[in-house]
Amino acid sequence: MALLAAVIFFSTQSDRFLTGQNFSLILQQVMVVGVIAIGQTLIILTAGIDLSCGMAMALGSVVATKFAVDYGLSPYLAIPCGMLVCIAIGYLNGALVTSIKLPPFIVTLGTMNIAFAATQIYSQAQTVTGLPEAMTFFGNTFRLGGTSITYGTVLMLGLYVLTYLFLRETAPGRHVYAVGNNPEAARLTGIATGRVLVGVYMLAGLCYGIAAMLSVARMGVGDPQGGQTDNLDSITAVVLGGTSLFGGRGSIVGTFIGVMIVGVFRNGLTLMGVPSVYQILVTGILVILAVAADQLTHKKG
Amino acid sequence: MTAKRCFALALIASTTGAALAAEPIVGLITKTETNPFFVKMKEGAQSAAKRQGAKLLTAAGKSDGDNAGQVTAIENMISAGARAILITPNDSRAIVPAIRKAREQGIMVIALDSPADPQDATDALFATDNFKAGQLIGQYARTAMGGKPAQIATLDLFPGHPVGIARHNGFLAGYGAPGITPKTAGLARTAGVVCMADSFGDQAKGQTAMENCLQKNPGINVVYTINEPAAAGAYKALKAAGREKNVLIVSVDGGCAGVRDVKAGVIAATAQQYPLKMAGLAVDAGVAYAKTGKKAAGHVDTGVTLITDRKQDGVESRDSAFGLTACWGK
Repeated sequence: MALLAAVIFFSTQSDRFLTGQNFSLILQQVMVVGVIAIGQTLIILTAGIDLSCGMAMALGSVVATKFAVDYGLSPYLAIPCGMLVCIAIGYLNGALVTSIKLPPFIVTLGTMNIAFAATQIYSQAQTVTGLPEAMTFFGNTFRLGGTSITYGTVLMLGLYVLTYLFLRETAPGRHVYAVGNNPEAARLTGIATGRVLVGVYMLAGLCYGIAAMLSVARMGVGDPQGGQTDNLDSITAVVLGGTSLFGGRGSIVGTFIGVMIVGVFRNGLTLMGVPSVYQILVTGILVILAVAADQLTHKKG
Repeated sequence: MTAKRCFALALIASTTGAALAAEPIVGLITKTETNPFFVKMKEGAQSAAKRQGAKLLTAAGKSDGDNAGQVTAIENMISAGARAILITPNDSRAIVPAIRKAREQGIMVIALDSPADPQDATDALFATDNFKAGQLIGQYARTAMGGKPAQIATLDLFPGHPVGIARHNGFLAGYGAPGITPKTAGLARTAGVVCMADSFGDQAKGQTAMENCLQKNPGINVVYTINEPAAAGAYKALKAAGREKNVLIVSVDGGCAGVRDVKAGVIAATAQQYPLKMAGLAVDAGVAYAKTGKKAAGHVDTGVTLITDRKQDGVESRDSAFGLTACWGK
């Protein structure tokens, strides 16, 4: 609803807003946070939260680019290396949450700082430049009619479809909901809750790895300062999409809408000439409204 | 409900809806929304845009170092039909591909305050000569020390930032270190420098950095700081150690709070820069390009003045009274 209203409003305000090109642009701008938000959604569905996602993404992108530039590794090997680092961070998060029963908030707060420091130390806080062509493939565009579309946005949309099918149509996907709803009940029905949790954190890590690849493609560099607000940005998108922070309730479609709301507002307000600080204001109001609306409907139901 | 709320907000916030085709659009992208230096820069750009009858779009990174936000802003401004984009890069290297995209569309891009890397990635650079700003306070500090052996602490910006490097190296060159030029790569270190720490231009981090430096070397008697917030933090640390009376703090920026600190004797001298003028001149250049197609080029130096109330012979300076008339921020 809010997304639709925003789209209609902005199209009356700027003749450049309602064009395929501009929508392709919005998709391109949200693709990194959009893919991170997929991982964040999976984790929040299990009643967890991941603060380390943006820093994991930054570490993955620095590892991938440095492997390619400094050690001359082929991009087809360097990118998976970056992804592996992200999956490893996901595994560490999942293992700490399940085996020592630490709260996800604390675990990922710790790994967030570890990943950030590792990024700075490994890159000496220097941006990695001079990448081989193949590394930025997903930043390239193809033409569809009069619109140029970035390959990365297609990948993002594909991942959303895959996640949708995974959550709806597969047993492990339904286990994610079950564990988030009531871990005790899930355990009693024979679900290996620990394994589901570790799996979810690793899957999320894979999402951050893919986001790292997209970020590198979008920026054309490996950026050690990247991802610093992506944790809160992705949580914002998940919450706007109506997923409950208490786990077990929500949808990946909602997250996509949440990601788009933020992107549409940022782009639309910029086109109108409104300072970006108002965009932050609107986002803040929207988050509270979204959760309040959710609460009210559930009280009634 | 949501839609209504947003509508009202947008109405309050928006000045005009669709732009008139005739008025040239100029975009200004600052590092952050919150730093008073950039707030002042925006003011300078706005008044120049008004005077020229141009429409100014503004955007900023979310935090210092946020490159992705600036890339997004560039793309949105291309989409909005800007003819010129003025940007203070958060990441001098990472922003280059996005700048290239804008220039390929025939948009003139001017770097404000700090250069892109390489510098010729933008059409022009409108900035303070940061090396010269450093030199001024270096010469001042050397004269003020009058030949006493110096133990210098430098509170720098953060690793790899060209402005931080230029000011730091300028300071050492001004202090008389041989062989340091604006071309020197990285932070130089000379015999007199006993401690180098990053302050991120932030008061709290500046204080921490100074505390650590004093811990390492209690005999520090000259402190160079990247900007006045860092200087204020350094002063706090020195005061806590009971050392504030016999340590010379010099800085760069010339914000109003900093000039007041000069007046109060917290900072001995600061090199003042002029963000209003910087942004105004750049907007003028952007409008000129939109109207005539003539591009700005090269490095346009927007000036720097040494501000101190303890004048030293042979070093040209103005007093804090002048500094307060020309300062920026609150």
